Amino acid sequence: MARRAPQGTQAIQRALSLYRSFTAEQPEHRLTDLAAAHGLHPSTAHRLLGVLEAEELVGRNPDTQGYLWLPESGFSGGERPLRRNGLRPLEPFRTPFHRRTEALCESDAWRDWSGYTCPLSYEPLPHHEYWAVRNTAALIDVSPLFKYEIVGPHAERLLDRVMTRDFTKSRVGRVMYTSWCNEDGHLLQDGNAQRLERERFLVSAAEPCLRWFEDCGLGMDVEVRDVSSALGVLALQGPRARAIAGAAIQGVDFAAMRYFDVAAGELGDLAGENRGVPVKVTRTGYTGDLGYECWVAAEHAEDLWDALTAAGAAHGLRPAGLLALDMVRVEAGLVLIDVDYVSASHAEIEVLKVTPAEAGLGFTVKLDKQADFVGRRALELERERGSAWALVGLEVDWFELERLWAEIDLRPQVVGEPASREATPVFAPGGLQVGQCTTRFFSPLLKKYIGLATVHADVAALGTALEFEVAVGYGRRRARARVVKRPFFNPARKTAVGSALGGDG
Amino acid sequence: MTEGAVGAAGTASGAPDRRGGRFDAIVVGAGHNGLVAAAYLARAGLDVVVLERAATIGGATRSEEVFPGFRFSVFSYLVSLLRPEVIHELDLVRHGLFLVPTASTLNPLPGGDCLFREADPQRTYHHIARHSRRDAEALPEYKLEMRRMGHLMFRLQRAAPDELAAAIGDHVGEGAESLQIDVAAEVADIARYFLDLPAARLRTFVQMLTMSSADFLGQWFECDVLKAALSSSSIIGSMLSPRTPGSAYVLLHHYMGEVDGVYREWGFQKGGTGAVAATIASAACSYGAEIHTDCPVARVLTRDGRATGVALANGDELATDVVVSSAAPQISLGGLLDPEDIPGEAGAALVDRATRWQSRGCAGKVNLALDGPPRFECMPEPGPHLAGGITIAPGLDYVDRAYDDAKYGGFSKRPFIDTIIPSVLDPDMAPPGKHVLSCFVQYAPYELAEGAWDDQRREAFGDAVVRTLSEYAPGIEDQVLHRQVLVPPDIEAIAGIPGGNIFHGELRLSQLFLLRPDPAAAAFRTPVPGYYLCGSSTQFGGGISGGPARLAALRVLDDLRRSETAGSGRGAEIP
Repeated sequence: MARRAPQGTQAIQRALSLYRSFTAEQPEHRLTDLAAAHGLHPSTAHRLLGVLEAEELVGRNPDTQGYLWLPESGFSGGERPLRRNGLRPLEPFRTPFHRRTEALCESDAWRDWSGYTCPLSYEPLPHHEYWAVRNTAALIDVSPLFKYEIVGPHAERLLDRVMTRDFTKSRVGRVMYTSWCNEDGHLLQDGNAQRLERERFLVSAAEPCLRWFEDCGLGMDVEVRDVSSALGVLALQGPRARAIAGAAIQGVDFAAMRYFDVAAGELGDLAGENRGVPVKVTRTGYTGDLGYECWVAAEHAEDLWDALTAAGAAHGLRPAGLLALDMVRVEAGLVLIDVDYVSASHAEIEVLKVTPAEAGLGFTVKLDKQADFVGRRALELERERGSAWALVGLEVDWFELERLWAEIDLRPQVVGEPASREATPVFAPGGLQVGQCTTRFFSPLLKKYIGLATVHADVAALGTALEFEVAVGYGRRRARARVVKRPFFNPARKTAVGSALGGDG
Repeated sequence: MTEGAVGAAGTASGAPDRRGGRFDAIVVGAGHNGLVAAAYLARAGLDVVVLERAATIGGATRSEEVFPGFRFSVFSYLVSLLRPEVIHELDLVRHGLFLVPTASTLNPLPGGDCLFREADPQRTYHHIARHSRRDAEALPEYKLEMRRMGHLMFRLQRAAPDELAAAIGDHVGEGAESLQIDVAAEVADIARYFLDLPAARLRTFVQMLTMSSADFLGQWFECDVLKAALSSSSIIGSMLSPRTPGSAYVLLHHYMGEVDGVYREWGFQKGGTGAVAATIASAACSYGAEIHTDCPVARVLTRDGRATGVALANGDELATDVVVSSAAPQISLGGLLDPEDIPGEAGAALVDRATRWQSRGCAGKVNLALDGPPRFECMPEPGPHLAGGITIAPGLDYVDRAYDDAKYGGFSKRPFIDTIIPSVLDPDMAPPGKHVLSCFVQYAPYELAEGAWDDQRREAFGDAVVRTLSEYAPGIEDQVLHRQVLVPPDIEAIAGIPGGNIFHGELRLSQLFLLRPDPAAAAFRTPVPGYYLCGSSTQFGGGISGGPARLAALRVLDDLRRSETAGSGRGAEIP
């Protein structure tokens, strides 16, 4: 007789014995038959089979409602089971935080980001996550960024050749936000370059660029390493970010850390026990708020997540998805590649291409630098002749919204929509199209409808009156907008150093 | 952090001392409405001073660190009625307005059950369907109709009510012929709007003015717990049961609030509601208004039946042509005015009516400092439900019985409790890991049958609240670190509202619209030219709205413009 199993294992034994009832000869069973054959109460059998079903070990016959054996399922060493149609789904690409994000993703709404599955929002509606960024703190998995280590004696030279910023002025421990262009001065991408050591940089970018960097570095003593999947990245953003980071990460003086500093630390749990996992911290982000991005080896990603969430519990930290991120980045006035501008690397026609200045990134172009960087001559010419386009912030005030919606006897229906990425035309007042609005949304924080638009350079001055199209009911109306300064929201705490975080809270 | 604005430039303690004490306009009271009126008048270029009796601004809109590390919104606790016009015309976002939405409502029920309504209507359907599928289907229809009712009120409010009054009757002493063309057009528009309403909509409107909320809700719903949950807004601040005729109007009053055009949304001001007052004060000061605290006004001075200034309690006199009072009518029309100031017998009659104004408070506030998040039996783990409202109103009978206690002069032994957890919405309200629980409690009558409110009775009331909460959140009594118990006499003493009624007077048909606060003082004017009312006891008043004060300020500015046109006064720029 078998030894009496320790308590708690009975359910496992019962489930296994139920599973063994399914054979090639008899792949289908009725619930009542199975329960009777195993001496189980039908509700117990139903509960156990429910688990087997959830694990895709058994399925249901939609016609008979009987339980079906799924051959080749389970016990297969983690391989994806076959669906009932006999097709094996492809393995999804997942960030190193996926197990954590999946467990919290109540909405089950995911978006593809560079091939990775990332939560759109954790709750069914993104508003709590949006407010967390401005009110408490939010944790955002931004691991799908492409990451490249530029290592070697010519690392600085390579970046100075590729980038529009002056990398001879970059210092160890600092991050530089920069653009890079093709030979025609057309914008390829924008991204951050951390200078970790004298001869080692880490560049993060929205799209792949290993080949471009390698080609630009031909003949130089430098190596470009793709470390995209080796690193997990968490953005910790919001007014409480400093308190949380300080409680979870040791060895970094967060109060002294300046905007766009990079520092090395290690995880230490709340009890002060040093777990010794190295973490790089940059004071950067895509939210326009106080915040940090934390860079960790993929195998320690979950440790970082756990440490930050534990430290954040008392500070109202929430995980935030891409919808919330997209809202706050508009308030921050930050452009998004392939939404607000088209990268020259995949613009099929010339008119879609823009220079950095035309994408609102003119401040990253340093024509006074020594190096003959890629695109220099074209950008010099642009500076002489002027840009054709300009990226501007547009603002529609509340009373204009009231006016538009009063036409159909409604209050403005603008709240709760995520940022729209559908480009709509921008017009001169009562006149012709002068550009397009590429992202817009109603900011519940600022209580204004705001948008990012690319318009003819001659209508880009602050205060210029423009119109852009909004949907009012089934109709399309022109909202009177004004060109305003970006960022729309720029709290002092974003860049504040020292113990005081500044106001705007 | 947000409180910094309380001490903003322009706020001082004690009586003003300058230029022989002459101002273009004097505002009595620095609650949110007084501050809004001051901001509008200052914005139009007037030299404005606000005189506040208490040591701090805010009135019933105040937040204080009552216990170290724990900030309470002492009285009012959520924002919905604040008019978008006020927010945008005064640029309040720039001055610190920061409203975090409270998107859900949890009604714990006995036995660990609950009724949960979320921001997502589809999910709410499933929650309600556990109790009644019919009601789950009816809820969106009800909400739609209520949005229409809210919009109807919006249209009414949008028309400056004195012009509306002129169109309806001659309460304000000026005929329709004095109306400007655009105003007449607006009134005509409103009239047309009402005439064009479908009969069913007008019927709902009349029902809301007259019915009990229980009966009104009974037209949609069968399920007692849902009716009780929805009727909460019909008794807030009112000495009414959901079964009292007229309570449906209080419901409507709460549905005319909006956040960014969405009716029936509520927001929590970061830093507590005191930060709303600070925000408006900051706006007022930015336009040049002066605010003086510890500066009680004794009476309004008149000459030849016109307001000429105010006398302060310290004996100082300040001269002006415009006095605007945000106080309740017992003060504004009773205490500050001398019946002799009004010609004929009308004065005595007006003062007499003002003293009989129905404004006995019936609500208490119990603010708790907690050692951790409350664990409700129905949803014990901390979750998004803690960021919404949590209301103890498990059935209509329950609320009715709570009312019965008060009807006979006792506080409710098992009260109706409307709570929020401000520290979940804004961690600045409590130390990390700790929480504050704001409990708005009914009923706590102004006068107890057994004698005056004293510390012992206050504590007994506080005990009843914690005991009631512990029926739904077992163990909460052990989490309480500190407790603040406030009853209507405390509201009267601290916020200066006679009777401690949160709306400056019951929201009932006899005290609404052109009857608020008095037929002779409707539409923000009083029988004394140059003396105006702008508080919650005026038309559409009640709640953190600012709406009445805005309209009152526009009334003042319009009168100044008219008198200038008539060649007898000083000009003022209209915003």
